[in-house]
Amino acid sequence: MMNNIVRREVIPLLSDEDIVRARKIVRDWTISLKFSLVDQTKLVTAVSELARNTVEHGGGGSALLEMLDDSIRRGIRLTFEDQGPGIANIDQAMTDGYSSRGSLGLGLGGTKRLVNEFDLSSEPGKGTRVTIARWK
Amino acid sequence: MEKIPIIKMGDFLLVSIQVDMHDRLAMALQDDLTIRVAKERSKGVLIDISSLDVVDSFIGRMLDNIAAMTRALGTETVVVGMQPAVAITIVELGLSLENIYTALNVDKGMALLEARMKASVDENDE
Ligand SMILES: Nc1ncnc2c1ncn2[C@@H]1O[C@H](COP(=O)(O)OP(=O)(O)OP(=O)(O)O)[C@@H](O)[C@H]1O
Ligand SMILES: [Mg+2]
Repeated sequence: MMNNIVRREVIPLLSDEDIVRARKIVRDWTISLKFSLVDQTKLVTAVSELARNTVEHGGGGSALLEMLDDSIRRGIRLTFEDQGPGIANIDQAMTDGYSSRGSLGLGLGGTKRLVNEFDLSSEPGKGTRVTIARWK
Repeated sequence: MEKIPIIKMGDFLLVSIQVDMHDRLAMALQDDLTIRVAKERSKGVLIDISSLDVVDSFIGRMLDNIAAMTRALGTETVVVGMQPAVAITIVELGLSLENIYTALNVDKGMALLEARMKASVDENDE
């Protein structure tokens, strides 16, 4: 089905402050699409996790935000991209509790549960791209 | 640098997080609070997160660290006022916060700390 992109924005992700900014912009978008408070919170939390991974593991990158309208439903798609070290073992990275830096390791696995669509592609040495979408 | 204020309330310290904290600010709060607990010999810490509309794994870890550090100093931390949408989201995210005391609001959190204080005094009397 054709996804009509009705709005588009690129957010650079290089610092702590950029993560805060990404949360705020996505919150505003979810409000403009009249997401429920719980759905707003889920998407903004997912964004916070992925934006932090982009900054901290990916060495910085960007998030592309797209507001989608396919005439039946509306939603938000986000694509996080970096040219960092990439992920050698995706299955391991997706596992709850796995972290390469002694953190909780909930970011990727948890994020997948918070959204309707989740796609991760990564090539060691080249970078990582994570695409998520949440429909209203 | 901006800071999250820590307010002394009798034997307790109260922190009310009112802004969307960036990660360095959250780390600074963790350190400041630990130092204040030791300095003031506080009997408990209340962290009011009723204004926080997102708790992600980073903030979750910060709350957990604060609870662990204050416990190491002989004090308890209670996190109060979590928004229902946040509670629903962190469960799905997989954050357990199982090492943290929580309460609905500041009054209930205070009552919990007082009960804990009393319990530990009774234990020491035996
Ligand atoms: N953009 C990225 N570039 C390179 N590696 C990544 C990227 N995102 C995630 N990873 C790898 O995947 C692992 C798991 O990520 P996840 O977000 O689940 O956990 P974490 O970031 O280590 O901890 P948490 O998010 O719970 O604080 C990371 O430890 C890291 O090794
Ligand atoms: Mg992460």
